[in-house]
Formats: sequence, structure tokens, C-alpha cells
Amino acid sequence: MTEPGLLDILSFGPGGWGQALALGALMTILIAVAGFLIGGVIGVFGAWAKIAGNRPVRILADGYTTVLRGIPDLLVIYLFYFGGSAAITAIGHWFGAQGFIGFPGFLAGACAVGVTSGAQHTEVFRGAFRAVHQGELEAATACGMPRMLRFRRIVAPLTLRHALPGLGNVWQVVLKESALVSVTGVVELMRQSQIGAGSTGLPFNFYAIAAALYLAISSISSLLLQNAERRFSRGMRRT
Amino acid sequence: MDFAFAWETLVSLLAAVPLTLQLAASAILLGTVLALLLALARLSGIRPLDWLARLYIFVFRGTPLLVQIFLIYYGMGQFPAIRHSIVWPLLREPYWCAILALMLNTAAYSAEIIRGGLLSVPHGQIEAARASGMSSFLVFRRITLPLAIRQALPGYGNEMISMVKATSLASIITLMEVTGTAAKIISETYRVIEVFVVAGAVYLLINFVLTRLVGLIEHWLSPHLRQPRPITSLSQGEPA
Repeated sequence: MTEPGLLDILSFGPGGWGQALALGALMTILIAVAGFLIGGVIGVFGAWAKIAGNRPVRILADGYTTVLRGIPDLLVIYLFYFGGSAAITAIGHWFGAQGFIGFPGFLAGACAVGVTSGAQHTEVFRGAFRAVHQGELEAATACGMPRMLRFRRIVAPLTLRHALPGLGNVWQVVLKESALVSVTGVVELMRQSQIGAGSTGLPFNFYAIAAALYLAISSISSLLLQNAERRFSRGMRRT
Repeated sequence: MDFAFAWETLVSLLAAVPLTLQLAASAILLGTVLALLLALARLSGIRPLDWLARLYIFVFRGTPLLVQIFLIYYGMGQFPAIRHSIVWPLLREPYWCAILALMLNTAAYSAEIIRGGLLSVPHGQIEAARASGMSSFLVFRRITLPLAIRQALPGYGNEMISMVKATSLASIITLMEVTGTAAKIISETYRVIEVFVVAGAVYLLINFVLTRLVGLIEHWLSPHLRQPRPITSLSQGEPA
């Protein structure tokens, strides 16, 4: 048997891994997007708690960000994967099911990535809110806007605008973190490359392709982000 | 929570702490050297050097650390030339592969932090040093580098913490450091919460101590930003 070359591996035909790798890359993006969105929701509430919360709520939010930024992401993924499985198995026994029930890896991975990135989202949103000028909030109140309207029309758009660069960084971190979800057995880009490396005996080629695909995804998303930043700062003066 | 079990877990995890610290310390130390070289290449003004460093930083910051670890640990063995070369005894060991991958990875991030520090040194200070007749190497050693280190330290502290966290990936290539040991205990006992809490506490403690150390160095390096200590021993003299 001759060794397949790089192009044979990438081909979409029979014997090629092109389709599998493309699906893996898609799965990676899905995990990253799901994790990013979960983290975003956590971040909004975390920032709210840190800015406007009373003492216990603030302490809780501070504890959350400190802990999640101090422990490895892999540990959190294990917590969600094994912890979720243990919980589901326990619930299953309740209903008379037998044996071990695995927690879906995608869900565990997305939750774990979401919870870890939530800590970073919290700090990004908090900093972005700090950057909103007090005068604009006062002006909105002076116009007689109720709290919700002020939040929807003034606070949220301005905060998001200031948060955009920070969110871009968080997205890049989340994208790279999604590779760790491969330990739960979800067939995303990393896991697919492991499978390919195992069955062809060409680990270098497969991991190099995976690296190139990760680079491509992160480069394209950073280009999109730059565009978005330019678009949303039209109304801002350069200082 | 079962405290007897948690205590047992703590004992076995503490036994794994030295390996975690070893990995982190070697990666940070070796990575710093490479990072300094990369930062200097970026600032050298020599086009090819600058582009090479840029490419390196782009590739290593744009790909997951896990891919880098796998490329080195599994990928290198694909080539007979490497398998028969003098470096194979090192590349065969997961320990050295982990250190190599962590070091190459942290160097890319630290290079940008150091570059930021070097760029932040006020031009006037360098001019003053030149005006006093220092050679350019002496200016770098005595003026630019110390000021840059002081400036880059907070960012560098963050990078050190993420390196301590990154050592957990070494468990995927069979190294039994803290996360690897924790995963093993979890898969043997299925007691996730206890093991997670104990392992998390171990990492938090390491990172807390590290943050404090960096804070201490920062404090020590910035005496000019502090209020001078009130002088108390002069009060014995005659009142004026």
C-alpha cells in the first residue's frame, strides 16, 4: 500500500477524508458558537451582578470569575461530562433504567466552554459598561425613558459596541478551547483528526491539516470582527 | 460530601503537584528566552526576521494547544528521519513533548507581551542613556529591559497563570499531573464533585500563590510609585 499524499487525504471522493474533516470543522464551529452564546448569557448576568448587585450577589459573581479563571478548562469539561453522566445515571435509576447512561458530549462540552468563557464575558461586559459615558445615561433618564427602554436603546447598544474587541478575543479563546471537547468523544475537528491519524498512520498530516483549518477559522472570524468593529464605530470620533 | 474520601483525594493530588509545577516552570523559563528573541526579531527592523516572528506568533496563537501537543507527540514519530535522529529519545517521552509544546506555545503569547513592554519604554530615557555615552547593548541591559520588564509584568503574570492551567493538557498524553490524577480518580470512583472541588482548590491555591509572587515582584520593582516612608529616626534631635 502506498501512503496517501496530502491531496488524497483532503479529497472528497471515496478514500478521502475531506468530507469528514469538513464536518468536523463544522462541529467545532457549532460547539464554539453554542459555548460562546451560553457564556454571553452568563456574562450579561455576571456583569449585571458585579455592577448593580448588592453585596452577597457581588461576592458570588466575584467568586465565580475568580474560580473559573483559576482552574483549567479541561477540569471543567470533565466535571460536566462525568458529572452530567453521573446525574443522568442517577435519574435513570430512579425510573428503573439499568447501568451507565452517558451524558451527550456536545451538551457537556458546550456547557463547559460556556461556563468557562462566561467568566471572561463577565469581565468584558463590565469593562465595556464602564466605558459608556455617564452623561449618555443621564441624558436618557432626563428624556424620561423608563429603565427597560433605557437599557434596550442606550445601555445595551453602547456596551456592545465597546465590548466588541473584547468579545473577539473571547471568541478566539473559545474556538481553541473547543478542541478540548474532543475528550468527551464528540467528533469535532480534533477528534476527527485523531480518528484519521489512527486509521492511516499519518498523524503529522492530519494534525497539520487540523492546525491549518483552525487557523483558517480564526483568521476568517477575526476579519469578520474587524469589519463589524469598523461598521459599528462609524459614529465614533477617533481620539 | 465525604470528607475522608476528599482527604484521600487531596493527598494523591498533592503528590501530583510537583509534576504540574515542573511542567509550568520549565515551559515558562524556556518560553521566556524564546519570547525575548521573538520580540527582538519583531522589533529588529530586519524584514525577514520580523516576518518570520510574525508567522510564528500567528501560527502558535491561532491553533489550539492540544493540536500543537499532538503534532509534536504523535506527529513527529511519523518521519523515519526523526525516529533515527539524535533528538528521538527526547521526542519519544511525553514529558519532554509536553514541555516543548507548552514552551513553544507560551513563547508566542509572551513575545507580544514583551514587545508591548519594550515599546512602552519612553524614548527620552533611551536618549538620556545614549547621551551619557552608554553603548547600545548597555542601554538595552540597563535601561530598556528593566523598564520593559516592569511594564510587561502584569500581562506576563496572566500568561504564567494560563500556563499553569495549560499544563492540564499534558494529562491527555498520559502524564499524571494534577488533572490526569483527578481524571483517573473520577473514572475509578465516579465521585465527580468531590474530586473536582479538591482539584480545583489545588489549582486555585497554585495560582493564588503565583499571583501574590508576581504582585510582590511588581511592588519591589516600582519603588518610585510609592509614597516615601516617613523618616522617624530624626525626631531625637534638638527641636528647631
